Amino acid sequence: MTTDITIADLDHTYPGATTPTLCRVTLEVPAGSRTAVLGPSGSGKSTLLSIVAGLSTPTGGDVRLAGHSVLRQPPHRRDLGVVFQRPLLFPHLTVAENVAFGLRMRGTDRAVIRRRVAELLDAVALPGYDERRSGELSGGQQQRVALARALAARPGVLLLDEPFSALDPQLRGDMRALLTELHRREGSTTLFVTHDRDEATDVADTVTVLLDGRVAQHAPPADLFRRPTTLAVARFLGGAGNAIPGTASAGHFDCPLGRLRLDTDHRGAGLLLIRPEAIVVGDQQEDNVVPATITAVTDRGTHLDIQATSAGVTLRLTTGPAAPLRSGDHTLLWLPPAHLSVVTP
Amino acid sequence: MTEARPATGSRPVQEAGPAQGAGPVQGAQPVKEAGRSRRPLGAALARPAVLILTGLWVAGPLLPLAVQAFTDQWFYPDLWPARWSLAGWEQALGPQSRLAEAVATSVGIGATVAALGAALGAAAGRALAWHRLPGRRLIELVLLAPVLVPPFAVAMGAQIVYLRAGLADSLTGVVLAQLPAATAYATLLMSGVWAGVDPALERQARTLGAGAWRAFREVSLPQLRGGLVVAAMFAFLISWSDYLLTLLIGGGVVTTVPLLLFATAAGSGNQAATAAIALVAVAPPLLLTALAARQLAGRDTALLGVGR
Repeated sequence: MTTDITIADLDHTYPGATTPTLCRVTLEVPAGSRTAVLGPSGSGKSTLLSIVAGLSTPTGGDVRLAGHSVLRQPPHRRDLGVVFQRPLLFPHLTVAENVAFGLRMRGTDRAVIRRRVAELLDAVALPGYDERRSGELSGGQQQRVALARALAARPGVLLLDEPFSALDPQLRGDMRALLTELHRREGSTTLFVTHDRDEATDVADTVTVLLDGRVAQHAPPADLFRRPTTLAVARFLGGAGNAIPGTASAGHFDCPLGRLRLDTDHRGAGLLLIRPEAIVVGDQQEDNVVPATITAVTDRGTHLDIQATSAGVTLRLTTGPAAPLRSGDHTLLWLPPAHLSVVTP
Repeated sequence: MTEARPATGSRPVQEAGPAQGAGPVQGAQPVKEAGRSRRPLGAALARPAVLILTGLWVAGPLLPLAVQAFTDQWFYPDLWPARWSLAGWEQALGPQSRLAEAVATSVGIGATVAALGAALGAAAGRALAWHRLPGRRLIELVLLAPVLVPPFAVAMGAQIVYLRAGLADSLTGVVLAQLPAATAYATLLMSGVWAGVDPALERQARTLGAGAWRAFREVSLPQLRGGLVVAAMFAFLISWSDYLLTLLIGGGVVTTVPLLLFATAAGSGNQAATAAIALVAVAPPLLLTALAARQLAGRDTALLGVGR
């Protein structure tokens, strides 16, 4: 039932455009996985999705579903379901008819359709909404119907294009949980694009960061924050607050803070990155502990934003809101090796 | 259009209210009352007066016809006919009359022009509304040409072309000659209707397993229905009332109701029979307008580009 997606060396340039929208994008989405393509607006992520769906034709490269190239297949033969940012429910049909649409196109038996529609409306927590029209539903309800409709024909692949961006933040959390739950039940390989990093890390098991039409990094969510491979990725993920210049060698990084132990493939001049949340205050009896003086403390209610200097280097860190730290305090800071990465400046 | 949709999506219930007419009525109420308190009589009379005057202006010329069709003798200074009679109708509908044949010809040509015009208009309207065509303004200007260019100029030129093409003096030729004007009107109308249909819906249908044609039929067509009825009606009326092109291209072989009417008026001098035929010629437009009005009242008129 599930299908793996292979995107190979995909190029796309819109007619009349001078710069490519997608440039040699390569991506493996294993069968049954949930992969997010995360990128700012204009990064080409929606174009990528529309090419996989068959709604655009790329200028180069290949898309394979279950090992077979689908570029020559029109969208309606690709065995996939798509949910866009807008619910796009068919206004002249009821909720049940909307959900049944894909099955009807495939000539499915009526009794089977009825059973499947009831099952899916239950799954998206809209039982008994069969006869409603899209106009009678809230935005969140409409998007849940759209999800049910996309999954009705049990497609091997589910594509989502910013599916929850138009919803209230609170509703968004519920929808992410629902999507994870639906994925567990239905098992369709899920590829979704979003500009919201929380959405990507909440829902996906693997995240691909797309910057300027190129794959910048492809990693599990935790790795993405801990080990950004480029400065651009770190900036996009909000993790370039601490960037310390120095020189990397096997297992070490030499900088004004001293010789820090870490694991990196980088050699020579580079920037050391560590997220403010990863720095631990206090002596941990470990490597990479540096003495520092706190220069500023800002209470954000949920956490403290702290600035400290050590050997002329300014470090930004955050702690829990109750940490007994004040400006002028001398303290030890631990920079855990697993959270250090070195990128090209 | 694209910007307007998300709002519809997020607050559909509130959006639906005004469309049903509840919102505007509530909104208009205070204004109306304010006007009433200032000049009660004028405000109360203005509307009916305008309605009656407009009605007279439109229907006025038809009233003498309605009377004349049932008279035998009605001479100039008399305000009222001297004698009532059904002789005009007997002549118009009698065995020697060609009215039934003319009506059949007119309906046949009109229905064909309506069907073809609406279909072509729907196709062209989609292209105009959905695609960024180069020279779009020019196309729209060309579509208005039937309104702008004097019909005589067109008809004379068309006659030569149709004669050479061997299409003159035939039903096919008359249909083809009437079609451009009908299609132009239908296209202008349908491009407005298409502008109200979201192209993303067909794309969504494609991803759900519908081929291109099926996506159109299942998703866009149901939303076009009201517009198509109005476009077909327009096309039919253009065909029904055409005189010049039918006369020149049909070459007297194709006799439609307007041709018969003119021939009777000019040839026989029988005013009662002429009036009877004229009434027959007026009936379908009135009937169609009434039907279309009902059709539109039953549906959401906002779907029609005309209303925007």
